[in-house]
Amino acid sequence: MEILLQQLFNSLTIGSVYSLVALGLTLVYGILHIPNFAHGALYMMGGYITLTMMTAFGFNYWVAMFVSILVVGLIGVLLERFVFRLLREAPPLHDKIAAIGILLFLEAFAQFVWGADFQTMTSPYGQVVTIMGLTFTMQRLLIIVSAIVVMILLYLFLKKTFTGASIIAMSQSREGASLVGININKVAMLTFMISGGLAAIAASLASPINLVFPGMGHLVILKAFVIIILGGMGSIPGAIVGGYILGFSESLGATYISNDYKDIIAFVLLVIILTVKPTGLFAKGER
Amino acid sequence: MKIMNKRTGLIALFVLAILFPLIFQNDYYTHMLTLSFIWAIAVYGINLLAGYTGYLSLAHAGFFAIGAYSLGLLTVKAEMNFWPALVLACLITSVVGLLIGVIALRTKEHFFAIYTLCVGYIIYLVIDKWDGLTGGVRGLIGINAPSNIGPITFETAESQYYLVLTFLVVVIFVIYRIVHSLTGRTFLAIRNSEELAQTIGISTMKNKLTAFVLSTFFAGLAGALYASFVRFIGPDIGSTAIMFDLLMYLLVGGIGTLSGPLVGTLMLVILSQNLQFLQEYRMLIFGPILTLIIIFYPRGISGSFFDWKRKRRNQTGNVLKPIKVEEG
Amino acid sequence: MFIETKNLTKKFGGLAAVNKVDFHIEKGKINAIIGPNGAGKSTFFNLISGFHRPSSGTVLFKGTDITKLPANKIAGLGISRTFQTTSLFEQSTVLDNVIVGHRLRTKSNLFDAILRTKRLKREEKACRDKAMEVIEIVGLTHASDKMVASISQEEKKRTAIALALATDPEIIFLDEPAAGINSDETQGLINLIKQLNQRGLTICLIEHKMSMIMNLADHIMVLNYGEKIAEGTPKEISSNDDVIKAYLGGSASA
Ligand SMILES: Nc1ncnc2c1ncn2[C@@H]1O[C@H](COP(=O)(O)OP(=O)(O)O)[C@@H](O)[C@H]1O
Ligand SMILES: [Mg+2]
Repeated sequence: MEILLQQLFNSLTIGSVYSLVALGLTLVYGILHIPNFAHGALYMMGGYITLTMMTAFGFNYWVAMFVSILVVGLIGVLLERFVFRLLREAPPLHDKIAAIGILLFLEAFAQFVWGADFQTMTSPYGQVVTIMGLTFTMQRLLIIVSAIVVMILLYLFLKKTFTGASIIAMSQSREGASLVGININKVAMLTFMISGGLAAIAASLASPINLVFPGMGHLVILKAFVIIILGGMGSIPGAIVGGYILGFSESLGATYISNDYKDIIAFVLLVIILTVKPTGLFAKGER
Repeated sequence: MKIMNKRTGLIALFVLAILFPLIFQNDYYTHMLTLSFIWAIAVYGINLLAGYTGYLSLAHAGFFAIGAYSLGLLTVKAEMNFWPALVLACLITSVVGLLIGVIALRTKEHFFAIYTLCVGYIIYLVIDKWDGLTGGVRGLIGINAPSNIGPITFETAESQYYLVLTFLVVVIFVIYRIVHSLTGRTFLAIRNSEELAQTIGISTMKNKLTAFVLSTFFAGLAGALYASFVRFIGPDIGSTAIMFDLLMYLLVGGIGTLSGPLVGTLMLVILSQNLQFLQEYRMLIFGPILTLIIIFYPRGISGSFFDWKRKRRNQTGNVLKPIKVEEG
Repeated sequence: MFIETKNLTKKFGGLAAVNKVDFHIEKGKINAIIGPNGAGKSTFFNLISGFHRPSSGTVLFKGTDITKLPANKIAGLGISRTFQTTSLFEQSTVLDNVIVGHRLRTKSNLFDAILRTKRLKREEKACRDKAMEVIEIVGLTHASDKMVASISQEEKKRTAIALALATDPEIIFLDEPAAGINSDETQGLINLIKQLNQRGLTICLIEHKMSMIMNLADHIMVLNYGEKIAEGTPKEISSNDDVIKAYLGGSASA
């Protein structure tokens, strides 16, 4: 029972991070139909910027995270404006290649600036707490709570504000949105900004329990893709639920199968899903 | 007239390739060129699928690695002769390609790219973790150079260069023939629109699978040649980093063109050798180049060159000669 | 009966895009399907040509059940079609676009390609000859070497028809062939359709311009909200109350 509870708690931690990353990915996919392979690199940038703000500038953890959100959000905006906007009418292949180019650049950039070494981020919330027989660090609790808060804020933004409504409208129909006078370019940039911001939050939250290094985004982005295929490409609730499902399967797999192979679970899951249903779970319409 | 020009150009290029080691007498250059020919073979494979059939596979570094490890294991552990091992390595890669293709090709566009990216990752992970067979991160050492054919040996840098060059020429020839045949037209029809291809009676699955298996065959061949040429392989040859390198060669050279893979590979391999000081950071330059190319010159160097030539021909008032299938 | 549908139904989620349609197409005639936008006409074509699996019902071709055949097999039987929006290969010539249309009647494979066998050469010639023949039929011989990107909308429609003809069909389904072209050009297309029919080809076309159909079709079916509301000769259709109601109340685009 205790082990199971501990597992549940761990999977909530991992799942929260996955969900945040997948949310950013699914927003961009849902609204602009771009599978942003560079999203993992944005996540990595988020980790490094928060770390640098804390170590080089001595900023407080939260302030550092805030700066990171702004910077990565801005990178997202720049990508939309100067890369993906130019490719809107191009064949779908081009988006993917462009995103890969960006990914390669950002990784080389990180390595150039910060080196290839693994770095640790010390969070002010390292203390260990025990509640009802469960042992965990405050940081893990923080991850879960913050992720939920962020998701609620995102939900309120999308449902209750005019800007949020226009994002939703555009995800349903680009032509329709432009007919009712929504500025497509603005919405696209905003979406990329939110997406980058979410990646930065996820990285800043996860870094204290993982490590910061140029390749830290690789596995995360692949898994985020698995999640949004699981939850339906472009679906927001799907990304959240999918993130937690994957987190849960992984921590179960790590305990009961093998810690070595836990990273493969996501891909096996994906291979199974796409084998059974080539258009993904919850595909809209049919050919 | 024009055909003559093209043919003379090709012959000149071929003669140059043959004379190269004799002129330079420099093992380092010969070595580098051999390596880029090997990469080019893999890129030709990717091009057949991505360029002519329209399916971007991100698993091909994985197939390259399967070819390399098959050859390595067959020659080192099973102590097989190089030549049968080479044939087997290509076959093994193609069979794995067939199995994966049957499933992967039911998906389309983004799903296909993501699916193959994950397949590539699984291949890499399996090689990395299956210590007992592959040697894991320590890699596989002591792979022999290609064994002799009668009196011809392949111990020197020059002889290996000629061996690889022969394979490259055969590969290009085969792809040329395919692209300019009804089969090639069928691939292009699928790239253009799968729905339309089906309405005109094309079995899209069968043809996509043909293209996929062929492209894994070439990737496997390149991997096997690589293994016996470099004589040491590690799991990294199946990593996404290699995949993205290959993709870059293709895109810079010109996706969907016949000369693109060779042009792109030679250029970028030579360029990165000369930017040695940049090694780890070369992506600082190549990453943006990749992005800019796809935005402004999506047909790469070769494609853009032929587009430009065609435009010029039109402007000078000559009658527009229609391009066959696709020039390049 | 040449082609016959029985109880043909297609549901997308809750919506029945085609609902229990019984229809038959007579050999050698010009058949037409009309109805307001969204009535399910294109979906009906998609069901017959194998692009969608019906939710229920059957499609018979010369008495054999073809309901479950994939699209490429159906094309092989001699059932050909065009799409409402053409998706030709723009960066290639008209001729190159059409040549591949005869591919389904050829057998050469990868090995023929690599070895350039006699069979491949023979079949390549057959495809090219066929392409030239159908390009002439649709009246595009003068444009056969032009890039598709550089020809007019009407010429693109003709190219799409040529491509469908290159498959050697017995029947051809045309989805709104006159959409997006002006009335002079429409008359040209009408003539082409009549001429194809005189060559013995069975035709089934979708149109929502009523006027065009009335002096062209032998047999008309009217769809509205996925259901067949009328069927008969142009005369019968034009005096049918349900049809008039559907057209006046259904859609402004008719
Ligand atoms: N692939 C699809 N998925 C979901 N709904 C579809 C699909 N294709 C058509 N529909 C719906 O079916 C109905 C009929 O469409 P369609 O056959 O294209 O009409 P028509 O050709 O008569 O204008 C429409 O309501 C349309 O939205
Ligand atoms: Mg329609």
